[in-house]
Amino acid sequence: MAKSQITLTVNGKKEEALVEPRTLLIHFLREQLNLTGPHIGCETTHCGACTIDLNGMSVKSCTMFAVQANGADIVTIEGMAAADGTLHALQEGFREMHGLQCGFCTPGMIMRAHRLLQENPSPTEEEIRFGIAGNLCRCTGYQNIVKAIQYAAAKLGGVPYREAAE
Amino acid sequence: MNVATPNPTSAERAEKLQGLGCKRKRVEDVRFTQGKGNYVDDLKLPRMLYGDFVRSPHAHARIKSIDTSKAKAVPGVLAVLTAADLKPLGLHYMPTLAGDVAAVLAEEKVLFQNQEVAFIIAEDRYIAADAAELVEVEYEALPVVIDPFKAMAPDAPVLREDIKDKTDGAHGKRKHYNHIFEWQMGDREATDLAFRKADVTIKELISYQRVHPCPLETCQAVASFDKITSELTLWGTFQAPHVIRTVASLISKIPEHKIHVIAPDIGGGFGNKVGAYPGYICAIVASIVTGRPVKWVEDRIENLSTTAFARDYHMTTEIACTKDGKVTGLRVHTLADHGAFDACADPSKWPAGFFNIVTGSYDFPVAHVAVDGVYTNKAPGGVAYRCSFRVTEAAYCIERAMDIMAQKLGMDPAEFRMKNLIRREQFPYVSALGWEYDSGDYHTALQKALDTVGYRQLRAEQKAKREAFKRGETRELMGIGVIFFTEIVGAGPSRNCDILGIAMFDSAEIRIHPTGSVIARLGTKSQGQGHETTYAQIIATEIGLAADNIAIEEGNTDTAPYGLGTYGSRSTPVSGAATAMAARKIKAKAQMIAAHLLEVHDDDLEWDIDRFRVRGNPERFKTMTELAWAAYNNVPPGMEPGLEAVSYYDPPNMTYPFGAYICVADIDADTGVTKIRRFYALDDCGTRINPMIIEGQIHGGLTEAFGIAMGQEIHYDAEGNVTTASLMDYFLPTAVETPRWETDWTTTPSPHHPIGAKGVGESPNVGGVPCFANAVNDAFAFLGSTHIQMPHDNWRTWTVANKLGLHA
Ligand code: FES
Ligand code: FES
Repeated sequence: MAKSQITLTVNGKKEEALVEPRTLLIHFLREQLNLTGPHIGCETTHCGACTIDLNGMSVKSCTMFAVQANGADIVTIEGMAAADGTLHALQEGFREMHGLQCGFCTPGMIMRAHRLLQENPSPTEEEIRFGIAGNLCRCTGYQNIVKAIQYAAAKLGGVPYREAAE
Repeated sequence: MNVATPNPTSAERAEKLQGLGCKRKRVEDVRFTQGKGNYVDDLKLPRMLYGDFVRSPHAHARIKSIDTSKAKAVPGVLAVLTAADLKPLGLHYMPTLAGDVAAVLAEEKVLFQNQEVAFIIAEDRYIAADAAELVEVEYEALPVVIDPFKAMAPDAPVLREDIKDKTDGAHGKRKHYNHIFEWQMGDREATDLAFRKADVTIKELISYQRVHPCPLETCQAVASFDKITSELTLWGTFQAPHVIRTVASLISKIPEHKIHVIAPDIGGGFGNKVGAYPGYICAIVASIVTGRPVKWVEDRIENLSTTAFARDYHMTTEIACTKDGKVTGLRVHTLADHGAFDACADPSKWPAGFFNIVTGSYDFPVAHVAVDGVYTNKAPGGVAYRCSFRVTEAAYCIERAMDIMAQKLGMDPAEFRMKNLIRREQFPYVSALGWEYDSGDYHTALQKALDTVGYRQLRAEQKAKREAFKRGETRELMGIGVIFFTEIVGAGPSRNCDILGIAMFDSAEIRIHPTGSVIARLGTKSQGQGHETTYAQIIATEIGLAADNIAIEEGNTDTAPYGLGTYGSRSTPVSGAATAMAARKIKAKAQMIAAHLLEVHDDDLEWDIDRFRVRGNPERFKTMTELAWAAYNNVPPGMEPGLEAVSYYDPPNMTYPFGAYICVADIDADTGVTKIRRFYALDDCGTRINPMIIEGQIHGGLTEAFGIAMGQEIHYDAEGNVTTASLMDYFLPTAVETPRWETDWTTTPSPHHPIGAKGVGESPNVGGVPCFANAVNDAFAFLGSTHIQMPHDNWRTWTVANKLGLHA
C-alpha cells in the first residue's frame, strides 16, 4: 500500500515518518515510534487506554489514522515527567493515592486527567467522575483515581491536599 | 504496626522496614505511571510475525471445505494453518484443565460462534487481518443448543461428536451425549428427612448469568522457537506461567527445560488468563513452522466471545427451617452450562469447584448439593472470575435464598442471619458439606456493620417510604441489601487439590546478598495485586531488612521456583505462607551466625525487629545487615556459607475470609433507574499485610460486583449469536455509575497460616454481587416479589415494576 509522509511533534520532538493511510495512530505511536505507554484495550473507542493529548484535546488514538495527525502536536504519557525525571503531579498523585493496580489504564487515565485539569483546574468529585467517564478501569473502582486527580489539582494549584472526609 | 515498641528507637527501626501492616506505597507504580510497564504487546522482536484467526460465524455447523488459497496469495502472508495442518502433530485438540479436550482449530464442526477455524501468519497485523477475510469456509448450519435446560432432551442435537459414545467422562458416568458430569456432596437422605420435618420451606430457581472477566488488557502471547537449540520462549498473559510451561511441554513434546515461559506485566486477569487458549498453541506452532517469533493479540470482541466466560450456573435452591427461624436443611441442584468444551479452571478433582461452600456462613445441620454440567453451543470457559472456584455462585445462591426464607418467615433478613450464623465458639467448624472453616467471629462482624450504617434507622426510613409509596406520595422504592459471606480461598492442600496431577502448593525462594539486599522469587504472578510491594513487606518483618532493599520477581519459569500461579485468592494464603517459611529458614541460619559472632549459645539470643541481641544484654547484638555480610565470610565451623532458602508450602487447610456488606438502593418505579445510595463493606481477611492495597482490592472487587449485578451479561440469541461481545453492549461501569465505597474491617487471623493472613482479592466480588441483588429484591419484596434474576439493569427493573402492576 502506498505510504504517506507525515510530520508531527511528539513529546516535544519533531518526527517525520512514512505511514500507510490506514495505520491507526495508536499503532503508529506504539510500533513505529516505540511509545508503548499508550495501550490498546478495545480499538473501538470505548476504553480510553489509548488516550493521548493532541493539539490540546484528549484523543483516543485508536480512533484516528496516523495520517490525520499530520502537523499535530502530541503528548503521550512518556512526555509527562520533567526532563530531569521529576514526576508530574498526576503521576505522583496516582502513586500516593493508590490510583492504579495493573497499570494498564493508567497512561490513558493520566493523559485524560491532565487535559481535564487544564480545562478545569479545581474540579469537584462529580466533575472528575464525569470528566474521566471515557476511560475505563477494571481494577481500582475509580475512588482512588478521583483522589489522585484531586491530589494533583491541589498540588498544581499550590494548596495542600486534604482528603475529602469519608 | 503490631510489633511492641518499648522506645522510640525501636519504633523508628520498625518503621524503616516498611513491613507487615503498613500502607507501603507500591513499587510497581514508578514504572506504570510513566508508561514504562512491560506488557506482552509492548514486546517487539526482530523479524516478528503476527497471527490472526479466521472465526466461525455459526454457533453450530459442519465444515464442508476450507479454501485458503486466496489468503495465502496475499503479499506478506507466510502461512495459513488449519486443523489439517495441526492434526498430524496431534495438536488440533488440546487438553483442558477439566479433563476434557478443546479444539485448537475446528476440524469437522464448529461448536460456538467465533470458534477458531484457521490461523493466518503474516508480516504485520493489518495484512493478517486482510488475509483472514479471504479464507473461504463452506459451512452447513446445524441446529443449536443454547438453553442449558434443553441440552439433555432426548432429541437434542449431538454437540460433541468426538465423544458422543463415551459413557464415562473425566468425572464419572455421563447421562446423555451432551452431559459432562454429575457431582454430588452431602447427605441426601438426611437432607430429605429434614425437609419432610420442616415447618417452613422455600424453593427458587436462582440463576447466575454468564459473564466475562474482561480485564482491560486482552489475552496475548509471543512465541519464539529457536531452530538451532530447539528451545521455545513464550511470553504471555499468564496467571499461572509454570502450569503453561508444563502444558506446553506435554502437548508439544518439547522437553520442559527447553521451554522458557515469561509472564511480564499483566493488565488485569480476574481469571481470564489462567487457561491455555488456541492463540497460544497456534503462535507456538507458527513460530516452529516459520522459524520466526510470532505475536498473537486478541481483540476485545475475540476476548469477550471466545476466551473464558464465567458462571452460567442455574441453581434450584431449597431451604428447610423451623417456624421460629432456625435453618434445618439446604438442598441445591445446579445445572451448569459449560459451553462447547469443558474448559473450567478448577482443581482437577473438583468439577464444580468449591461449590459445596454453598452452606455459607450458616449452621446448617444437613445439606445436599448436586451439580450437572452440560454442553451447549457457547464459548468454553467456566473460569473463576475474581473468584475461588464457584464460590461466587455459591455465595450468591445462599445469600439470595436466605433473604427469600426471611421474607417467608416475616423476619428481618439481618435478624434471620444473626440467628443462624456459625458462632465463634464453633470454630474450627466442619460444615455439612465437608469443609473445615478455620476461624471466624461472624456475629461481631455483622453487628459492627449494622451499627455502623444505622440499620434500624434505615429500616424505619424504608417503612415510612413504603407507606408514602402506597399513598401515592412518592414513586421511589427503597431497598436494603444485607449479606454475610464466607469465602474459601488458598487452594490448596495437596490431599485434595491438584491441577493436572500437580499438587497446588506454592513456592518462594529468597536470597540475601552480602550487603543485605535481597531478591525473592515466587511461583505466583501479579496482575495488579501489587505483589512486588506486599511480599517484600512480609519478608521485611520476618527478617528485619528494609522492604525497599528487597526485589520481588515473578513470572519467569527459568528463575522462579515452581508454583501454581495467581487466582482463587491463593497468593497470600499459599505463596505468602511460603515466603514467611523461607524467611524463617534464613532467620534460623542467621541466628546461628549471630551466636557464633557474639560467642554465645543460639538460645541466648532474642529477635528484636532487625537484629539478634543477647538476652539480658541488649547492647550486644548483630543486625541482619551485619549477619548477611558474615554469611559470606565468617560462618560457624561446619556451616555452609551463603544465606538463602526456598520453601514449597503445602497449606494444611484453605483459609476462610468473611465479611458483612450492606447496600442501600433507591429505585424509580417509573423508569427502573436504580441509584446506589450507600455501600458499606466490612471485610475480615485475617492479618492485614498492606491496608492501602487491601482497600484498593476491595474497591475494585466491589466495582466488578456492581457491574455483574447491575448489568453484565454474555448473552446469546436463539441462533447462538453472541450479542454482547463488544464494550458497546457489555457493561463495564465507568466512574460515573460506580458508587462510592465505604470500607471497614475486623481481624480474625487464620490459625494455620504462618502470619495469619487469609487473602482478600475476591471477597468483595463474592459478597458484593448478592448484596446489590438483595437490595434490588428488597425494594420489591413488600409487593410479593420473591426473586428477580440478575442483572438488574434499569430496563429489567422497569420490567419488574411493570409486571407488578406499578405502572397501571
Ligand atoms: S483502545 Fe482506544 S479506546 Fe480502547
Ligand atoms: S489499574 Fe488495571 S485497568 Fe485500571
